[in-house]
Amino acid sequence: MIFSCWWLGYPFLSMVCTHVPEGNIHPSVSSISKLLSTAALAPQICIVGSGPAGFYTAQHLLKHHQLAQVDIYEKLPVPFGLVRFGVAPDHPEVKNVINTFTQTARSDRCSFYGNVTIGKDVMVEELEQAYHAVVLSYGAEDNRILGIPGENLSGVYSARAFVGWYNGLPENRDLKPDLSSETAVVLGQGNVALDVARILLSPLDTLRKTDITEGSLAAIACSRVKRVWLVGRRGPLQVAFTIKELREMINLPGTRPLLDSADFTGLGDAIKDVPRPRKRLTELMVKSALETPGEREAGRWASATKEWGLKFRRSPLEVLPAADGKQARGVRLAVTRLEGSGESARAVPTREMEELECGLVLSSIGYQSLPLDPSVPFDPKLGIIPNSLGRVQGVPGLYCSGWVKRGPTGVIITTMSDSFDTAQSVLEDLQSGVLNLSDTKEGFKSLRSVLHSRVTPGVHPVTFSDWEKIDAAEVARGKLAGKPREKIVDLQEMLQLIGH
Amino acid sequence: PPSSLPSPTVAPDRVTVHFINRDGETLTTTAKEGESLLEVVVNQNLSIDGFGACEGTLACSTCHLIFEENVFQKLDAITDEEMDMLDLAYGLTDTSRLGCQVCVKKAMDGLTVQVPMEVADLRKGLEVGKQSK
Ligand SMILES: Cc1cc2nc3c(=O)[nH]c(=O)nc-3n(C[C@H](O)[C@H](O)[C@H](O)COP(=O)(O)OP(=O)(O)OC[C@H]3O[C@@H](n4cnc5c(N)ncnc54)[C@H](O)[C@@H]3O)c2cc1C
Ligand SMILES: NC(=O)c1ccc[n+]([C@@H]2O[C@H](COP(=O)([O-])OP(=O)(O)OC[C@H]3O[C@@H](n4cnc5c(N)ncnc54)[C@H](OP(=O)(O)O)[C@@H]3O)[C@@H](O)[C@H]2O)c1
Ligand code: FES
Repeated sequence: MIFSCWWLGYPFLSMVCTHVPEGNIHPSVSSISKLLSTAALAPQICIVGSGPAGFYTAQHLLKHHQLAQVDIYEKLPVPFGLVRFGVAPDHPEVKNVINTFTQTARSDRCSFYGNVTIGKDVMVEELEQAYHAVVLSYGAEDNRILGIPGENLSGVYSARAFVGWYNGLPENRDLKPDLSSETAVVLGQGNVALDVARILLSPLDTLRKTDITEGSLAAIACSRVKRVWLVGRRGPLQVAFTIKELREMINLPGTRPLLDSADFTGLGDAIKDVPRPRKRLTELMVKSALETPGEREAGRWASATKEWGLKFRRSPLEVLPAADGKQARGVRLAVTRLEGSGESARAVPTREMEELECGLVLSSIGYQSLPLDPSVPFDPKLGIIPNSLGRVQGVPGLYCSGWVKRGPTGVIITTMSDSFDTAQSVLEDLQSGVLNLSDTKEGFKSLRSVLHSRVTPGVHPVTFSDWEKIDAAEVARGKLAGKPREKIVDLQEMLQLIGH
Repeated sequence: PPSSLPSPTVAPDRVTVHFINRDGETLTTTAKEGESLLEVVVNQNLSIDGFGACEGTLACSTCHLIFEENVFQKLDAITDEEMDMLDLAYGLTDTSRLGCQVCVKKAMDGLTVQVPMEVADLRKGLEVGKQSK
């Protein structure tokens, strides 16, 4: 089901209604062209990054300002950020949001320029010259590291790279994760940890019908992984994943959960007064760990060939090398105790240690944003651009939204809401005159020559209609394989396809 | 476009529904029996920002609506799956439901639902460009 343009609020119509004298319900062609000639007063706004933050910021600006022109720059030739390269292939419903983004991109007042890396091909200062306002929505392109010995052994991967690999992110296409051991350990207990565990354990027939890449599907088909441990440094009351994802895991065909009843006994009291989401999440874990399963579930668990489990109060100390000194053979964990309680409890390592044997380690302890270019303030400790309500501190005209504004947590609705807030700040600054529209700004027009001189010779910005060609090609390839799309994982191939 | 007038003459098989938008404005419309409240918003082009991102597939919670207590009691039972998604919604209340899971019934005529306020930062919507009216 594709929705109509309802949320765009008929930009053209409202633009006309705004300026024609009252009572004139049939604006003449001349009044429209007169209106268009006032384009000098149209704010030129640019957005860096085409993930949910970029698109939701653009959507809000276009809807609530009838003249704004919004240009979205994206490093990759293809749009949508983590909706394409993060959201799990077996969660196609989440990707429906692409339909809304596509409507935004097709607006007359919105342009997409893919294949342009800000901070490299074009600097932020150059954007500031060309636009009245610049919104940074470039997400979190790196991951946090544990900083423990053995983290670089083979068999150890960041969950970010693993996710990028199965989702066709060009930079991770050659990851070739080693799936030859029976036990995998995922460090971290967030939703990304559950995503990677689920992809490792899902029945092949389920994955085959998704847009998981051909290459990773083939590798997973040969995987020997049968058991996945998700290791948290804190307790069951502090897990970061959410209930929908946990329920999906508990119901995953062909698998059984390994939950130690000792971890869950007596939790009832602790959750009496916590907010509903945490309460229901804990209750579901407690139920699965302590109650006798119903007949169907018991049957499924008994016949399961794969299993997954949660380990609590274990903080990673070292990835242990095998005899060859190169390959991971396990992880050493410190048993922790909790100081404080509830969400803010802290894990403090005790002297007790434990080893867990495994040949595959996925570190899933969070993504991380990187500074973009020297002219943009960045807080290395918080990993965000310092801002108030999306206004970058100390730099009028510069804004931020999404993960680079808040840090790398939150689902799409969180990102949507904070992007609307940022857009609102831009609108307020337009209205109050903080952003001076009498400075003529030419937007993309004035950047074209910069791009010509900068961008790798022969490479040009990718437009949204170019992307639509790539999209159509991917969908067509997918059709042959009985899946919604077969992603193109090679940048050159994408560009060739659109004749660049 | 949405009308904010009190219910006009309503065809017999249609039900009047009022949505109180984030900025406090009431959007009044009529709905067909059996439509979900998400379908009402979409079909009637109601201007509620970001509503229905996952298009009714229980994967986003952007269709969160708050009901009046007495109406809430009469709604069909809520599934675990809806509760799970609702748990991620902003401004969750005891009478919250997901609009894509609630279908309009004749008995709901005159129903008023509230679009929850955004938690982070609620400022009155600015309609730049429309203001020169
Ligand atoms: C593995 C994973 C799975 C997830 N699954 C879900 C889910 O199922 N449901 C859900 O609601 N949320 C999910 N999320 C969360 C959701 O993806 C985020 O809330 C959201 O994507 C953040 O949006 P963003 O625009 O800030 O960042 P991003 O989506 O990362 O977008 C940033 C964009 O900026 C581009 N960019 C980066 N640097 C530059 C540059 N220098 N110049 C130009 N462009 C640049 C990037 O290529 C990217 O396209 C998931 C997150 C992850 C990591
Ligand atoms: N299906 C979905 O809706 C979906 C799917 C994927 C992602 N997302 C969202 O995307 C966001 C990012 O997800 P995420 O899983 O990357 O991050 P996250 O939710 O922040 O989880 C990170 C996990 O890593 C642990 N961790 C952090 N530092 C650690 C350390 N030094 N040692 C050991 N453990 C450490 C955390 O434990 P502590 O709590 O102890 O720090 C936590 O369990 C989340 O908001 C998530 O909900 C959503
Ligand atoms: S529209 Fe996404 S949950 Fe209802």
